[in-house]
Amino acid sequence: MPSSASAAVTLPTDEQILIVREFDAPRELVYRAWTTPELVMRWWSGRRGRMKIAEIDLRVGGAWRYLMQADGGFEVGFHGEFREIVPNERLVYTEIYEGMPDGDSPPALNTATFVEHDGRTTLELLTEVESREIRDMIVESGMEGGVQEQMELLEELARSLR
Amino acid sequence: MIRAMARAATTADAFNAVAEPRRRQILDVLSGGERPVNDLVRELGLAQPQVSKHLRVLREVGAVDVRDEGRQRLYRLNGRALKPIHDWVKAYERSWSGRFEALDDVLDDLKEQAKGDGGNAE
Repeated sequence: MPSSASAAVTLPTDEQILIVREFDAPRELVYRAWTTPELVMRWWSGRRGRMKIAEIDLRVGGAWRYLMQADGGFEVGFHGEFREIVPNERLVYTEIYEGMPDGDSPPALNTATFVEHDGRTTLELLTEVESREIRDMIVESGMEGGVQEQMELLEELARSLR
Repeated sequence: MIRAMARAATTADAFNAVAEPRRRQILDVLSGGERPVNDLVRELGLAQPQVSKHLRVLREVGAVDVRDEGRQRLYRLNGRALKPIHDWVKAYERSWSGRFEALDDVLDDLKEQAKGDGGNAE
């Protein structure tokens, strides 16, 4: 079901990014994949690298930290703290990007909600930051990754044509 | 990569230009078709100098075009110029899509396991 499986990104306000995506699985499983370190290790880096660390202390006030080695060789780290946990339904947690030249980025607040319908789960991930500048920076980080991914796809294509 | 980032910054500027609530309102009005300045002034309930200021910013990033007809200045949307802004968000979307595709694989495995554990999955 490729059309419904694409992620939709919108910018509801100047300080928000909303990602909506449907998964062909019950929400318990999506929630489990989202909150279990061994499983996060398998998906969070997507096609952009490989995971080195996924630590999750799943309780209010508990910390999480992810470290990814990007394909370019550099490491990208994120960490934060859980603010609200409703198992299988809703997670609220802070997220700090560790790679800023002048120290950590200001924390973003993420709210992930999992809604099941007919055995399928809609994930809504709302990211809220302090300013439009920070939001734009986050979106641009995706731009960079997007360009990288396009290059990789091109490379794959070129190889297959050889 | 540096070139790509410079382009992203420019697009972000354009995005910021169209993200301002009043300017978004102008774009909304113009999405219904070409309009003279006076219409925009009336619909927005702003003074003409303010509207002109917003229109100037929109023109600078190419989001609107203007032409003179008789004594009127007519403004219209420029869909092609708005496309990079759309693409800017799309690139972010793509990077998340890659991540979610990997998550799909994990979920497939979990569903298989659930079946094996006694048919809990439908």
